[in-house]
Amino acid sequence: MSNISQARKTLVSRVLHGGGEASSTMRRAAFDNAGMTGPVSRLIDKVAKHAYNLTDDDIVAVRLAGFTEDQIFELVVCAAIGQAARQYEAALTAIEAATGATAHASRDSR
Amino acid sequence: MRLAILDSGHGFATKVLFALIRAVSRQPMLDVIKLVKYRADFYGDPMKGVTHEAMRGPSSWSVGDRELMAALIARTNGSDWCTTAHSAVARRAFRDGAKVAAVLSDLESAPIEEPLRATLRMLRKLTRDNRVDAADMRALLAVGASRAQIEDALAVGFAFNTITRLANAFGFVDPGPDAMEAGAKYLLARGYR
Repeated sequence: MSNISQARKTLVSRVLHGGGEASSTMRRAAFDNAGMTGPVSRLIDKVAKHAYNLTDDDIVAVRLAGFTEDQIFELVVCAAIGQAARQYEAALTAIEAATGATAHASRDSR
Repeated sequence: MRLAILDSGHGFATKVLFALIRAVSRQPMLDVIKLVKYRADFYGDPMKGVTHEAMRGPSSWSVGDRELMAALIARTNGSDWCTTAHSAVARRAFRDGAKVAAVLSDLESAPIEEPLRATLRMLRKLTRDNRVDAADMRALLAVGASRAQIEDALAVGFAFNTITRLANAFGFVDPGPDAMEAGAKYLLARGYR
């Protein structure tokens, strides 16, 4: 079988804890889709829950709130990975519940 | 795209690479390439490790099966760009465009084996509802999908629930059918590295 555990761990660690233009606190908040306010909160929530509805105005509003394009890039990436990670974890939990055994994939999103 | 840096903020060496690729392929650069090459150390390089392993790593799912999963996740997330791109790769991998079209049109009546159908159904639910439960997994196991196959499918799910959100959020622009087909040919031959 394929094994994305190490690559996934490297990806999550990089976007949350490596260098960036947005603070680590902001990147974590975007990843968790929690603890943000204002236009950036609306943007991150859209990325996580219904990115297909995102518009140019959502990005413009965050720019007007003082965020740079590089910060927006990082926060949107964190939001997308965070939501995908929550889905993945939920599905691994469901396998464990169905089979009574620990999933092969490492539970390593944090 | 919605961020100018993703269209034109790359370093000099990357811009030269893009120019060479455009000259050789005679196609525009795909927005997904612009994304993974922008500050590649932040997202593109580490993400490639995930995507290549999920899509081309060892698995009893074929490359076509996994590209079909990617296309269905894209469709479920409303990403026309990724649906078109991964449908094209799946068509080439299967050498069967009708099968890909049938799955995307009506999963329940598509001419595919039950373990694949049930796995696609689970991925669609996970993508749409953000959760699945033990009953969903038991149903999947009951039709013959192995636990390893389920975990492999979830790896595809993680990769493409990330990528399709980014395609939607950054506003990937349709480059036209010729560029999509050229991209599909490349992905089938070379993978995601």
